[in-house]
Amino acid sequence: MRRDNFLPALSSASDGLSARFFLRSGWSVRVVVAMLTVMCVLSIARPAWAFSDEELRQIVEELDSKSSNRKLEVIGKIAADGDPRAVPVLQAMLDGDLYVSKADDRVVIGKKQGKVWQHIDVVSGKVTGESAARDLDKIRINNRLRGALRDALASLNLFSPDLATRRTAVETIMDSRDPAMAPLLKRAIEREEDPGLLARMELAQATMALAAGKTPQERLDAIDVLASQTTPQIRAVLLQFVNAAESENYDPKVVAAAKDAVASVEGRLQMWQTAGDVYRGISLGSVLLLAAVGLAITFGVMGVINMAHGEMIMIGAYTTYAVQQAFAAFWPAGIGWSLAVAVPMAFLVSGGVGVVIERVIIRFLYGRPLETLLATWGLSLMLQQAIRSLFGASNRQVVAPDFMSGAIEFSTGLVLTYNRLWIILFSVIVVAGIAFVLRYTAFGLQMRAVTQNRRMAGSVGVRTGTVDALTFGLGSGIAGIAGVALSQIDNVSPNLGQGYIIDSFMVVVFGGVGNLWGTVLGAFSLGIVNKFLEPVAGAVLAKIFVLVALILFIQKRPKGLFALKGRAVEA
Amino acid sequence: MTDYRQKYKMTPVLGWLLQDRGGMILLGILLLGCIVIPIGNLVVPAGSAFHVPTWMLGLLGKYLCYALLALSVDLIWGFCGILSLGHGAFFALGGYAMGMYLMRQIGDRGVYGDPVLPDFMVFLNWKELPWYWYGFDHFSFAVLMAMLVPGILAFVFGFLAFRSRVTGVYLSIITQAMTYALLLAFFRNDMGFGGNNGLTDFKDILGFDLQSDQTRCVLVVASAVMLGICYVVSRGITQSRLGKVLIAIRDAESRVRFTGYRVEYYKLFVFTVSAVMAGIAGALYVPQIGIINPGEFAPAASIEVVIWVAVGGRGTLYGAVLGAFIVNYAKTFFTGVMPDFWLFFLGGLFIAVTLFLPKGVIGAIPAFAGAGAVGASGTSGGWRDRLAAWRGNQGGKA
Repeated sequence: MRRDNFLPALSSASDGLSARFFLRSGWSVRVVVAMLTVMCVLSIARPAWAFSDEELRQIVEELDSKSSNRKLEVIGKIAADGDPRAVPVLQAMLDGDLYVSKADDRVVIGKKQGKVWQHIDVVSGKVTGESAARDLDKIRINNRLRGALRDALASLNLFSPDLATRRTAVETIMDSRDPAMAPLLKRAIEREEDPGLLARMELAQATMALAAGKTPQERLDAIDVLASQTTPQIRAVLLQFVNAAESENYDPKVVAAAKDAVASVEGRLQMWQTAGDVYRGISLGSVLLLAAVGLAITFGVMGVINMAHGEMIMIGAYTTYAVQQAFAAFWPAGIGWSLAVAVPMAFLVSGGVGVVIERVIIRFLYGRPLETLLATWGLSLMLQQAIRSLFGASNRQVVAPDFMSGAIEFSTGLVLTYNRLWIILFSVIVVAGIAFVLRYTAFGLQMRAVTQNRRMAGSVGVRTGTVDALTFGLGSGIAGIAGVALSQIDNVSPNLGQGYIIDSFMVVVFGGVGNLWGTVLGAFSLGIVNKFLEPVAGAVLAKIFVLVALILFIQKRPKGLFALKGRAVEA
Repeated sequence: MTDYRQKYKMTPVLGWLLQDRGGMILLGILLLGCIVIPIGNLVVPAGSAFHVPTWMLGLLGKYLCYALLALSVDLIWGFCGILSLGHGAFFALGGYAMGMYLMRQIGDRGVYGDPVLPDFMVFLNWKELPWYWYGFDHFSFAVLMAMLVPGILAFVFGFLAFRSRVTGVYLSIITQAMTYALLLAFFRNDMGFGGNNGLTDFKDILGFDLQSDQTRCVLVVASAVMLGICYVVSRGITQSRLGKVLIAIRDAESRVRFTGYRVEYYKLFVFTVSAVMAGIAGALYVPQIGIINPGEFAPAASIEVVIWVAVGGRGTLYGAVLGAFIVNYAKTFFTGVMPDFWLFFLGGLFIAVTLFLPKGVIGAIPAFAGAGAVGASGTSGGWRDRLAAWRGNQGGKA
């Protein structure tokens, strides 16, 4: 399958599992032998790697050979040495840019410059002369050589001056766990200065030592190193080793240690998994909270069933889109600010729509919750169709600002995306803001007064009608703000709101009507329960379970987690 | 007015039927339809002005099934104050039961030609029929299930909900959650109900070709007859003493409870009966439409049913039938002529009816002004209305 690939061939040769492959690719034996010889010689002669300039030149000259096998051997030697200066040469050879100059019979890298070809020195990388194309003889390569070149380049990358290149090389080694790379890796560790990569390299070394270790002690040491890690990759390595060790009767001490290591890695991974579920649950909870918190005001405080609540969210999302379009048209440089502008805009637009709805429709329906439900449902249909007519039925793209893209990745497999983190933060800020308004502002005081005793509030001079309209506007405006956040993680389409309406009601009803903290707790617990069920049951079933559980929960506590007590409940 | 109950002592049913003017008109129209439609379609030649074309048969059948569904919603909403936003679920379950029978009837005429397994199961590489598909090759079993499954679901759901006194808006929201959960469930391929695509490609029913005009006529007539029967049953329930209790529950639930009635049993009974009717409607709907898919479970569909009832006139039964016909005809008309306008119209209808026509179209007709739901919606005037207004002023909640 991969005839030309000498590194995999080496690995199969050494672990003895693919004997057939080994025999068939006889050439690779020679490479191994050559490489090992070179390595031994080099490691005895010099602690560091690297050819001198002259040696490098000499060995490159050897590439000028008729025999592919000979070339392979040389490539192997270069790869084994690990001199990063050889990278351009091998790369040029792979690209077919390595030539022999007929004039002085030296190997050079040829580069076409207009009509002439520049000769570039293989060691210094400087231009040493130029000639016509006919004065250059290309060093020919075949597929087998190409594969070998690629692998050689990969191992040389271990010594690249570029950190990212080295890191990729180490990860490649981690994945392949090719014992032939061990000596190279050892030397790379001696040179490495970056502590993070160094740790990674040592880990890779331990991984290899585990497979190739000669004495039980070597293996035990390797297991010790590995057991301190917490990644799915290491777990797989250890598991594989345990299986191999059991079938091949390794030292029982080693087997036991490996099993312990697996258990401890497993345990920690499980913890991380749980932490990840909690995080995802909180993330979903924050979305639910944003969607539901406006409803907690209109439904929870005012007792108005607003089925058009989802459409308020949608209007907020479309406001975000419109603001972004406006920025793109008038101030493209400041597009990063569009989200900051969209938040108050969405609040005003959705809130304004909310006030209008309250004045025109809902105030005639107070005390008739079922009728309110129907009228606002009708309203939601009209708003959806209006948006569809205005913006079209297709999804609109809202661009995420820079600070919201990207993610924090842990080696344990946990990924925290920035947009989710921002949304969690944002939801906390929104809830804190609402709590502040309700508790400490004059408007909040009037609002609570009107909810508790409308007549008395009116008697002492509160304009109850205005307070109603503003309360509804507040709830709708907050839904609009939620729309800004949801535009970052969901499709901005006319149907955006519909997906949240049932969930929002569930959250408010679960948390307890008229209780902000109930809503917070309801949102987060629903989110977390959902995310814990998801790996077990799948996303759809998890959602169904949660819905059924909620239906049952409402039977048990018809007024939610935190029920209002007293006369207001009976009204 | 003649007291028909005195006059027809021996036949009380006829007595209250004759008193029910709207009902008599409805039953009359249905009877007329049962005679005229088959003749118009099968006997009158295609060119004639009195010919009933086949497409109209499908449309009428659909409207009749919707009317039955609306009737079932009116029975609980109009007479017991239970606003179910999940009645579409019972309708769809009945439809699925019938769909499963029709699926089995296809036999080896499916695309894959499997004698036992429906096409989608072959497609999913299933080896044998799931246990819950057994028995659906018998028509009678399917019909039984079309009534039993919605009935049992409603019974269990209602038992839990009414026992713990979940009422009003909370009940509406959890019924919506119920149908939403079922929607999600039926979308899953693993459920064994055809997933997203549902059940379709039906060939025949009881051996008769579903595409033939004769079969379609029979189905339309069957729908009309079922509507008539269910109407009489519903009217019977609402006219009975039990019906009086239901209306009392609608208007003052706590008071009824304090008087010593077990409110939850009454509610449970009428809710279950209503769900069975919805299931029958669904079972009649599927062979005429030729498909059943999870879309029928969508919460939006269930809410639409409520607006049919509200438009026609809540608490009148015949009003619900009228509303179903009006709104669905409008839907057919608008989605054909100007599709963008339909949602504006439907949405506007929701708002306009609740604001300006609390008694629906029927309430606007002087001859029927006395009919319809009163009290609970605060539309009747009188002491209860004043109390409700006063309460609204007290707490701003209801």
